[in-house]
Amino acid sequence: MNVILIAVIVLGVIGLVSALVLYFISHKFAVHEDPRIAQVSEVLPQANCGGCGYPGCSGFAAACVKAADAGSLEGKLCPVGGQPVMEQVAGILGMAAVASAPKVAVVRCNGTCENRPRNAEFDGAVSCRVKNMTGMGDTGCPYGCLGCGDCVSKCQFGAISMDAETGLPVVDEEKCTACGACAKACPRSIIEIRLKGPKGRRVVVLCNNKDKGAIANKACKASCIGCGKCVKTCEKFQAITLENNLAYIDAEKCKMCRKCEEACPKGAIHGFNFPPRKPKAEEPAVQSTDNTPNQNVEPSKAE
Amino acid sequence: MKSFHIGGVHPAENKLSAGSPIREAALPRQAVFSMFQHIGAPAKPVVQKGDTVKVGTLLAEAGGFVSAPVYSSVSGKVNKIDAVVDASGTRRMAVIVDVEGDEWEETIDRSKSLVRLSDRPDLDSKTIVEKIKNAGIVGMGGATFPCHVKLTPPPGSKAECVIINAVECEPYLTADHRLMLEHPEEILVGVDLIMKAVNVTKGYIGIENNKPDAIRLMTEKAKQYPGIEVVPLKVKYPQGGEKQLIDAVIGRQVPAPPAIPINVGAVVQNVGTAYAIYEAVMKNKPLIDRVITVTGKSVRNPSNLLARLGTPFQQLIDECGGLPEDTGKVIGGGPMMGKALLSLDVPMTKGSSGLLIMNKKEARRAEPQPCIRCAKCVSACPMGLEPYLLSKLASMEEWETAEKNDIVSCIECGSCQFTCPSNRPLLDMIRVGKTTVMGIIRNRAAAKK
Repeated sequence: MNVILIAVIVLGVIGLVSALVLYFISHKFAVHEDPRIAQVSEVLPQANCGGCGYPGCSGFAAACVKAADAGSLEGKLCPVGGQPVMEQVAGILGMAAVASAPKVAVVRCNGTCENRPRNAEFDGAVSCRVKNMTGMGDTGCPYGCLGCGDCVSKCQFGAISMDAETGLPVVDEEKCTACGACAKACPRSIIEIRLKGPKGRRVVVLCNNKDKGAIANKACKASCIGCGKCVKTCEKFQAITLENNLAYIDAEKCKMCRKCEEACPKGAIHGFNFPPRKPKAEEPAVQSTDNTPNQNVEPSKAE
Repeated sequence: MKSFHIGGVHPAENKLSAGSPIREAALPRQAVFSMFQHIGAPAKPVVQKGDTVKVGTLLAEAGGFVSAPVYSSVSGKVNKIDAVVDASGTRRMAVIVDVEGDEWEETIDRSKSLVRLSDRPDLDSKTIVEKIKNAGIVGMGGATFPCHVKLTPPPGSKAECVIINAVECEPYLTADHRLMLEHPEEILVGVDLIMKAVNVTKGYIGIENNKPDAIRLMTEKAKQYPGIEVVPLKVKYPQGGEKQLIDAVIGRQVPAPPAIPINVGAVVQNVGTAYAIYEAVMKNKPLIDRVITVTGKSVRNPSNLLARLGTPFQQLIDECGGLPEDTGKVIGGGPMMGKALLSLDVPMTKGSSGLLIMNKKEARRAEPQPCIRCAKCVSACPMGLEPYLLSKLASMEEWETAEKNDIVSCIECGSCQFTCPSNRPLLDMIRVGKTTVMGIIRNRAAAKK
């Protein structure tokens, strides 16, 4: 009986002392975390994709709170949640949401099996990074898509898939959140995170080949040869630049007139999500369906 | 018998061309000289389109200390300086020369007479290194590291011995073997020159036991050269690796990078390099040709050719009976470390030790199966690494952990992949990891500065 009593008392005293120590320590060394971080974190998608440029959603939440204290949410965007989530975040922090244009991943290569003949057979590990170390890869183009699907395996949202027929990855614009994981995975930097454009319409040079025209032409039927015709057609808007034998369209300057698309002798420039072109005679009809101001202006000037 | 102590494998030797004497390959019609025939900064062209060049004319000067000049191996006119696809599979700068006749620079001594070191008392270590540097000599075993850099020990380190790599552990290749049989004395004088250049009195020539004729001949001839000893070695791959050879011959282990062989007092040079050094110093002949083995089970006439640098591979294959019909792969170098070529128009370079033609059946890589944790790769790795782990870490992009597991120590010998019963592409992934981690280390060092 006595033994049991002693045991209970000893344990009880130890427990009490430990409780006091813990209580003291928890107060003395308490880490104060802004409660808003947890609140912001709650409305974020919790994909932890890193597309915002911060390590995970809680990192982004902390950065948002810090930015709000500094006065503006400028430059903070969760690409996965997009504008609605950012509005919620702004609401929690008592700020005005900064408008941001949605973006999307664009595969800048049109080297389909048909356009770009395979001149070798690659039988190493199925990985773009391994294949890229062979130099050219299995085609004559050292800049084009390698087709092993590193980007596909990196996408958390199932937004990118390989097209077996063309051998190129295809982006599902509905699912794409522009987190940039695919762009980082591509060893040849073919995928670009680009402004989605009004109504999802955009004009892009679908080529990444920086070789001289003759070599690029030989490697792929749909390559940019750096002839500069598109640059000339775009003199007014200065949206197209030519560097290292490769044209690039600045999405912010582009007015979607699509003249460059017509001018390109190789068909390397592509318009996305435009309504199908009607025959020339019915061109005014095309204009009426479009409400972007520039498209109304451009064709009439061309005539 | 001596050998290295960790890991190693024994692939089928297949030395098909061992009995075929070295013969001279015909001159090419057009020779292509890549500016990237060595490790380090690319060479800078000093000729222009339309210039007339002779055999031995300087085409490009070294682009830095770790670099090497390039000399013309043919006479003719410079057609153009342009980017062409080379053996690395990338398009890089090269000087292209249209061949006309075969006119040599007069400074080159073309006589066959042997010049010994005792005949040239005027040579001191500085002049020898300078001559080697100016001749554009690089490591001829395939690594193509500029030779003079190794012969200039960094301050604070002192060479104790010279080790000549005559192991030729790659299956199929026989270029070094034939060179030893046909030019033993020249090689020994070359070794003497290397020893003099780094001021040591001891030289070892490591030869694998599958070349008994070469061991016998070299041992006999070496009697006249004090300080040079021929060391027969047990056949094991990758004995020709610099660190493995040092372990095998003098029993010292080179620590992990950034340590280099000179830290344990050894200077290692390939036997082909020793021959090139003899020619450069004693005969004033820059590096313009080399012995290359053209071989393969389906090749009609596997041979060892003395070919001029810049000759397209297609021509070398034609000299050996043409490309067999069932060709599946053509590899530049040996089967273990060589690289499959994308095209046969690729020119041969200073590092081209072999050209291996595999038939379709040999060339096909077996379908990879899941890892069964047998750890054969771990026992095979001559660097004591864990290839299965490194490959996994590389595919998961765990660069920090890969660095901690010494991925940069990998010598890319391919023993792990060779031994894997599941045919896993271990080296493919490790190579990606090694390149990335080395980049990270470089960036870190640059950021510190």
